[in-house]
Amino acid sequence: MLNPRTAKYTIMFIALTFIVAALSLLSLSVGGVGVPLEEVLASLVGRNAEASNLIIMQFRLPRITAAILIGAALAAAGALLQGVIRNPLASPDLLGVTGGASVAVVAFMTFVTGYSIHWIPFIAIGGALVTATLNYVLAWKKGVTPFRLVLIGIGISTAMGALTTFLLISGPTYLAAQVLNWMTGSIYGTNWVYIEVLWPWVAIFIPLSLLMAKELNVQSLGEDVARGLGNRLQLSRMILLFYSVALAGAAVGAAGTISFIGLMAPHIARRLVGNCYKLIIPVSAFIGAIILLLADLAGRMLFQPLDIPAGVFTAGIGAPFFMYLLFKRKRT
Amino acid sequence: MNGSLLTRSSKRKLAGLAVSAILLLISMLCSVLYGLHHFGLKDLWQAYSQFDGSNEHLILTTARVPRTLVAALVGASLAVAGAIMQVLTRNPLASPSVFGVNAGAVLFIVIGLLAYGSSLTMSGMVWLAFAGAIATSVAVYTLGLQGGGFEPVKLTLAGACMAAFTSSITSGIMLIDKQSLESALFWMIGSVEGRNVEHLLMVLPYMVIGIAISFLLAGSLNIMALGDDSARSLGQRLTLVRVLSAAAIVLLAGSSVAAAGPIAFVGLIVPHLCRYIIGHDFKWLLPYTALVGAILLVTADLASRFILETKEVPVGVATAIVGVPFLIHVARRNLHA
Repeated sequence: MLNPRTAKYTIMFIALTFIVAALSLLSLSVGGVGVPLEEVLASLVGRNAEASNLIIMQFRLPRITAAILIGAALAAAGALLQGVIRNPLASPDLLGVTGGASVAVVAFMTFVTGYSIHWIPFIAIGGALVTATLNYVLAWKKGVTPFRLVLIGIGISTAMGALTTFLLISGPTYLAAQVLNWMTGSIYGTNWVYIEVLWPWVAIFIPLSLLMAKELNVQSLGEDVARGLGNRLQLSRMILLFYSVALAGAAVGAAGTISFIGLMAPHIARRLVGNCYKLIIPVSAFIGAIILLLADLAGRMLFQPLDIPAGVFTAGIGAPFFMYLLFKRKRT
Repeated sequence: MNGSLLTRSSKRKLAGLAVSAILLLISMLCSVLYGLHHFGLKDLWQAYSQFDGSNEHLILTTARVPRTLVAALVGASLAVAGAIMQVLTRNPLASPSVFGVNAGAVLFIVIGLLAYGSSLTMSGMVWLAFAGAIATSVAVYTLGLQGGGFEPVKLTLAGACMAAFTSSITSGIMLIDKQSLESALFWMIGSVEGRNVEHLLMVLPYMVIGIAISFLLAGSLNIMALGDDSARSLGQRLTLVRVLSAAAIVLLAGSSVAAAGPIAFVGLIVPHLCRYIIGHDFKWLLPYTALVGAILLVTADLASRFILETKEVPVGVATAIVGVPFLIHVARRNLHA
């Protein structure tokens, strides 16, 4: 006999996969130029001889793949971090990931002439990792505590934000426009090169974080319980933080700063599946992918012919849904 | 606790308060006197006693003095609002902006610009911002109370969600209507520059009421910090205290954002700095946060004139430069963190 809980979650995962697939197909077929669904499917199996093949394979498919990967990465990073920090307001931004990436990109654009756009994702990931490491080192005093980490993280993020503004106003004006564009968080310029940079991080670190889910469950019970249960607190904390920063850093590198998903997708997941991180991490990833797919679709369709950065719509789409969940459940 | 020990620590705290007040006065004086043009005390005296309409006197009376006063009042209000917010939500990461105060103010201003275009005056913007801040926080508070009882986590999440949602609408409007973008961007970078006494006077009464409510609540906040059950068993009327604290936060943060635009960071870190200096007793903590918040913003505004030689940097940048080193120091020294 199948456990009813297992059955419920299996159905939920099938439903989530179905929603992602359906949204992707819809997103592939609509846009400035509509492509019939048969041609979309034909392209996907490599049998489309029409002109639409180019639109699908070179413009829309990379963009949609990016939306799924970035949404999933940000959401999983947020879930990991909220488990470690044990604060509902925690999001990868708090460790200076976004701030560090922005400073690195702005500094790169300011001081390097004749750069190639392909370098940007690497620079951003580098900036994110360096900043997060700095944060960790500054917070280290015979181990890190969540609260110290976050407090210092806020300081460092603020400092990085200030540094970005400083570079922007002391540099030439045209640069500011370019950088602001990058910082809004868009995926419309995505091509396969970005995907090649992005997918290994997601493919490696989401499964690895699932392996750590048990440790995360223990951590989220609090420091004393975790130590009492024989958890190697500092080590697993460091590993979890590293996974979270790696995922968020890769996402920021590919898309700039996309807010809301890292903060809210884990809360939505928690309200759907409860408090076990073995479920929260994958469900968050799905929710993140769905929110970003919808936000990108809205950005493309609502104000045609304008293509609005997806980062603008993530909260507009996710927030009402979260509010609904907040109302529906009497007790969390 | 030993009686004489208590008085000794009280004396020390009182002395600290006096020192902070003196520091605040000195930093305000420096902020009035130094900048692109330097003045002496004599100029300041003459500008008010024998005003002759010269450029120097005009700069002092219409630019420097108002800006310093705005910085001091906004810094104090934000810091006090942050301290209350952190105990109300039981979250050390909470700041007044968690109620959606800043996001709401910006949204209303953008809508105002969309509707009235350039005919919207600066005073109109101040009122719009204040209305937006109040509307959003009332919405957040109502939302957070839905579905049974007060839960700090629920309130916090409702606030964070509402803030994100509101900013999303703002960005949407700004993308469609480019003209509102430019006027709004000027306002969205929080600044104490270019504000005159009139704008300050418009919101001053609300700030004063907010500060008064907070100081009257100090004792109740001490009890509330013990946790709901203890507070209830000690006879606290929790709902009343919560509503009053929320009102104080809205008045303080709303009038600040109306006077100076969204200024982050002050409301978040000053309470942490002050808890490190003075401990958790709100009767001491609130006056200290007010003074330290004022000192931080006045000093940051002063520094913002000297960081770049050619132009002023936004006060947010300077706040970070002045405040971050302290924050890191406190976070590393704090035993409870």
